Amino acid sequence: MEKIPILRMGQFLLVTIQVDMHDRLAMALQEDLTTRISETAARGVLIDISSLEIVDSFIGRMLGNIAAMSRILDAQTVVVGMQPAVAITLVELGMSLPGVRTALNVDAGMELLKLSLNGHRANGHVSRR
Amino acid sequence: MSKGVQNPKTGVLATVLSKDESSVLAEWIKEMAGATRRTDLMNDSELRTQCSKFLKLLREGAESGSSDVQTASWQPVRELLTEISRSRAQRGFTPTETATFVLSVKKPLFELLRDHVGSDANSVAAELWSTTELIDSLGLFTVEMHLKTREEVIRRQQEEMLELSTPVVKLWNGILALPIIGTLDSARTQVVMETLLENIVKTNSRVAIIDITGVPTVDTVVAQHLLKTVTAARLMGADCIISGVRPQIAQTIVHLGINLLDVTTKATLADAFALALDRAGLSLEHALKTA
Repeated sequence: MEKIPILRMGQFLLVTIQVDMHDRLAMALQEDLTTRISETAARGVLIDISSLEIVDSFIGRMLGNIAAMSRILDAQTVVVGMQPAVAITLVELGMSLPGVRTALNVDAGMELLKLSLNGHRANGHVSRR
Repeated sequence: MSKGVQNPKTGVLATVLSKDESSVLAEWIKEMAGATRRTDLMNDSELRTQCSKFLKLLREGAESGSSDVQTASWQPVRELLTEISRSRAQRGFTPTETATFVLSVKKPLFELLRDHVGSDANSVAAELWSTTELIDSLGLFTVEMHLKTREEVIRRQQEEMLELSTPVVKLWNGILALPIIGTLDSARTQVVMETLLENIVKTNSRVAIIDITGVPTVDTVVAQHLLKTVTAARLMGADCIISGVRPQIAQTIVHLGINLLDVTTKATLADAFALALDRAGLSLEHALKTA
């Protein structure tokens, strides 16, 4: 069975979704990720969905769930690289993912995670100062 | 209603036309000299060409024996009428004026038919009826084509307006502005949202300013569309600022009970731009000093 790799980068975990998500894969990712967070004591999770082109309400809910679960395990979640079509679909489905932080790309997402780890109040914006 | 059967009646029409085409033409043009002529929109020689072409094709259609204008033998006549109504619709002829072009041929035709058939009332009536049926269906076809042309023009203009109305402007590195002019409906929101999101990806912008100075009224539907766009941009990792909120619009929004608390709003585009610069870590004073 295919599996989504979870890479460790220092205090953060990097998840790159490069295949079409189906429900079982999403459940497996949720399972793996929570296990890895508690194993590695990660402080942040970065989910890159730039290659994800099709999304349904289940995947949307799963993203929200992963963010909520990570927060309970004391890790921030940032979803990066969402495609315009995916964003429109999620909005039309009525899912605004209120608990999920977002960034344009992996770079911006990493910056956001580092800032929040340093205890700065970064309300979803990254300052370049 | 394809009759398909040979109609002997159109045979008489064909004979009349082949014999007296020129006199029908002269009578017809005289007939059209009345109110529906519109010399301001079309000159005499062009009208004469159109008329003689039509009579020639009408004769050929009548010679084929079929009286159903939807059949293949009437194809050339239909094509000519399509062309005529199209050009007239574009020049600004009314549907009545366009239809009268075809319908006014009745009088000269009927006179000729009466002369040709003779005094037998029954056959004259039968002949007139079949001809009137034929000309009427051609007239209806002309009106239909006229309307279709107009609808095409309207549709094209709508598309052009849709394209014109969604320019995404880059104000600074990482700062986009989207001035919206006119009322937001679902179709426009879709286009606005798509262009904005695509440009956010293309220019890697973290802040997008939606300026609604040109939106005349904001009701619940428009507000909902705006919120959707803001949410979609947030999902992609960009911040949206709504600017150009006029006092009346602020009042309306509150009276309607729309919750814009999660969205940053500014009164003017300048304020929004200053905030965007601040978020990007740039300051305006610095820019002014170096300038």
